[in-house]
Amino acid sequence: MQGETILKMRGICKFFPGVRALDGVDFSLCKGEIHALMGENGAGKSTLIKVLTGVYPKDGGEITLDDKVVSIRSPQDAQNAGISTVYQEITLCPNLSVAENMYIGREKDKLVKWKKRNNEADKLLQSLDIPARANQQLSSCSIAVQQMVAIARAVDMDCKVLILDEPTSSLDENEVAKLFRLMRDLKAKGVGIIFVTHFLDQVYEVCDKITVLRDGKLVGEYVIEDLPRVQLVSKMLGKDLDDMSDIKSEATEYSGEGAGQDVFQCTELCSNAGIKPFDFHIQKGEINGFTGLLGSGRSECVRAIFGADHVTGGTVRKYGKPVKITKPIDAMKNGIAYLPEDRKIDGIVADLSVRENIILALQVMKGFFKPFTKAQANKFADEYIKLLGIKTASADTPIKSLSGGNQQKCILARWLLTKPEYLILDEPTRGIDVGTKIDIQKLVLKLASEGMSVTFISSETDEMLRTCSRLIVMRDRKVVGELSGDELTQNMIMNTIAGGEQQQ
Amino acid sequence: MMQRIKKMSDTNLLLTITIVVFILMYLCAVIFLGEGFRKPQAFLNQFNNNAYLIIIACGLSLVMITGGIDISVGGVIGLVSMTCAVNLDLKGGNIVTSMLIALGIGLAFGLVQGFLVAYLDIQPFIVTLAGMFFARGLTTIVHTNPINVKNSDFVKLRTTDVVIPGLGAENKRGVYIDATIEIGVVIALIIVLALFFMLRWSKTGRNFYAVGGNQQSALMLGINVRRTKFLSYVMCGLLAGIAGYVYFMHVGSGSPSHAQGAEMNAIASSIIGGTMLTGGVGNIIGTLFGVLSLSTIKDIVTSSGYDDPWWTGITVAAMLCIFLVIQSVIMAKKHAQGASDKKEKQAAPASS
Repeated sequence: MQGETILKMRGICKFFPGVRALDGVDFSLCKGEIHALMGENGAGKSTLIKVLTGVYPKDGGEITLDDKVVSIRSPQDAQNAGISTVYQEITLCPNLSVAENMYIGREKDKLVKWKKRNNEADKLLQSLDIPARANQQLSSCSIAVQQMVAIARAVDMDCKVLILDEPTSSLDENEVAKLFRLMRDLKAKGVGIIFVTHFLDQVYEVCDKITVLRDGKLVGEYVIEDLPRVQLVSKMLGKDLDDMSDIKSEATEYSGEGAGQDVFQCTELCSNAGIKPFDFHIQKGEINGFTGLLGSGRSECVRAIFGADHVTGGTVRKYGKPVKITKPIDAMKNGIAYLPEDRKIDGIVADLSVRENIILALQVMKGFFKPFTKAQANKFADEYIKLLGIKTASADTPIKSLSGGNQQKCILARWLLTKPEYLILDEPTRGIDVGTKIDIQKLVLKLASEGMSVTFISSETDEMLRTCSRLIVMRDRKVVGELSGDELTQNMIMNTIAGGEQQQ
Repeated sequence: MMQRIKKMSDTNLLLTITIVVFILMYLCAVIFLGEGFRKPQAFLNQFNNNAYLIIIACGLSLVMITGGIDISVGGVIGLVSMTCAVNLDLKGGNIVTSMLIALGIGLAFGLVQGFLVAYLDIQPFIVTLAGMFFARGLTTIVHTNPINVKNSDFVKLRTTDVVIPGLGAENKRGVYIDATIEIGVVIALIIVLALFFMLRWSKTGRNFYAVGGNQQSALMLGINVRRTKFLSYVMCGLLAGIAGYVYFMHVGSGSPSHAQGAEMNAIASSIIGGTMLTGGVGNIIGTLFGVLSLSTIKDIVTSSGYDDPWWTGITVAAMLCIFLVIQSVIMAKKHAQGASDKKEKQAAPASS
């Protein structure tokens, strides 16, 4: 099935101010293969993709498609050359209909034949089993459906090369399975597929080859059978992994003053984001977690505690005394810090520097009219850049030019700086490479052993199992169970999530 | 009801609101204010007096749909009417040269501003603010004092009216007077129709919406974003040139104070017509109704006896507010419904 080489990239270089994003990277793709592109955040995967699709101009190297040297200057050129792409972020227009998003920018006719187009789109949506109608406005679809529409658009083009840049991060398991089926069909038709993902399971499920990048350089190209997981991870990190499954037992439990005492206690808390009233408590030095499927209300629960959504009922007590939390600043003053799920929207202020982003929360608590001196701000920033190992050219660099994992660390630094008693981490490791993930998990355990209470939310159950000592299980925006001690196993969680179904 | 609203695209929803409000408003005027509004000619006069505004509001809708803004259009109208007046009256030009001048000025403004905005990435507000000052300044340089044009060909052209059969009425002395519209109105309506078709059915028109909806995404979808934005400013400039000539035909003179603040009326009309300043949403038919709503409310205020200019100002402000509130409330409601649907959909796999 695997044929001749269809795409060859030789010696690709790309420089950003102060950074070598890509340094002489080679990459080749054959007909009818699924080729994983792996590497940590900031390794240069997305940059390589964006050079290939003409979003960034390359600073050196050569791209050959079908043995012809091509110059791709814009996404339009890439499309015309037979390269279609699904980007990590949704790159569709929310104000247009589903059908338009599938066809705009690639039709030949000057005029739009709405009826014909809608019919074609409906057929395609049906054949791919996507729950959307052609004439529906895109913004009324869920993120997962939007991502599926983007995939439908990409596969409908008669492409030679299909690029999937982390398409699965917003999809649930059924949808991922659907996508994989689709990928295998296309592979059989001879399309070369480049697949970028952080999920190792998915790589080993569908891919034929793996190319690993590290720090903008090529590490190597491997056939999947020759590269066991452990080796892949150590190649990505450039070092051998210490046993990551056992970081929990190393951590000591907090046993200082007030151990075992409830720091926060919520009763019948509910918000306008549509969660059922829930009870919740957290002890000093405890790490607990909310688990459940996507959309089960995990984030909404902690948002209610932090006052980020409009709280419609219930009481919150701190050390037994009632406190009133109606907006985030109240929560911050009560020692709660919240690392939001969506880094781009709720987290970073993209154009401000790393330093300004780090001191932001503390500054808000202090008040904007009493600014920190430059020296103070620098001290805070440097301290946390060092403590968390944030990779940045300087504290003055705009945060948007950092890689995702380092942005996340900055936001974490922002909250740690406020010296919270209770830290809420909502998906702190999403879209972050393995090394940083372990860093963050270790840090969480360390903070807890020093007496901080932490709530940890993650889509990856094994990560939750490694860090949390108590798990609150949610289904359909309702708390359905609580697990601790010996009950903390993958199976128990699955059973609890699914459990209620048997009774209904 | 809510179900049907949810199914509509944002653009169509806002268009419907505008048309419904306009019809209600005009009906109220006909019922309560009587004579002045009842004759068909009164309705046609809304067009006669505002043909130029319809044209620039169309141009503004185009740039606003792509997410931009153009506040130079009023200045361009002033410059066009003054230059044409000088050409016809003092330099001995004819109708054809004056028309070419009008189109040339509009096109030049469009090209330069479009280039600065689309290819050099300068803020459109700043670019067109400079354009506005430049146009106003240039108008005074071309000629300082108002000129009444007496060129006979031009006077003939501007007094030529198009008769609409069957809508005439008898005046107090029982003489039948035909209902008429000016040539400018015909031009404006042709432009409205042409742009409506372009935005709905042409590839270029749809690209306008895509660029306004999400510029980055539009780029990734393979749309030439720069060219699309450039085109919107060129078209807006050209329309401002045409509007300048239509205005010139309507008033028959050139003056530095002509069309002062027309750009703001055009923006207001466009917004009332359901175009969103954030881009990606809007409709040319809505813009037409926006202009008519704006002029009707002014007439209503005047004919109710409040003919001081500040009353119209205050009323227009109030109306803009009401419109924006209605729009945002309905949109918020719609999207809140959409969001809760989303959650249900997401939760659905959990329970299956």
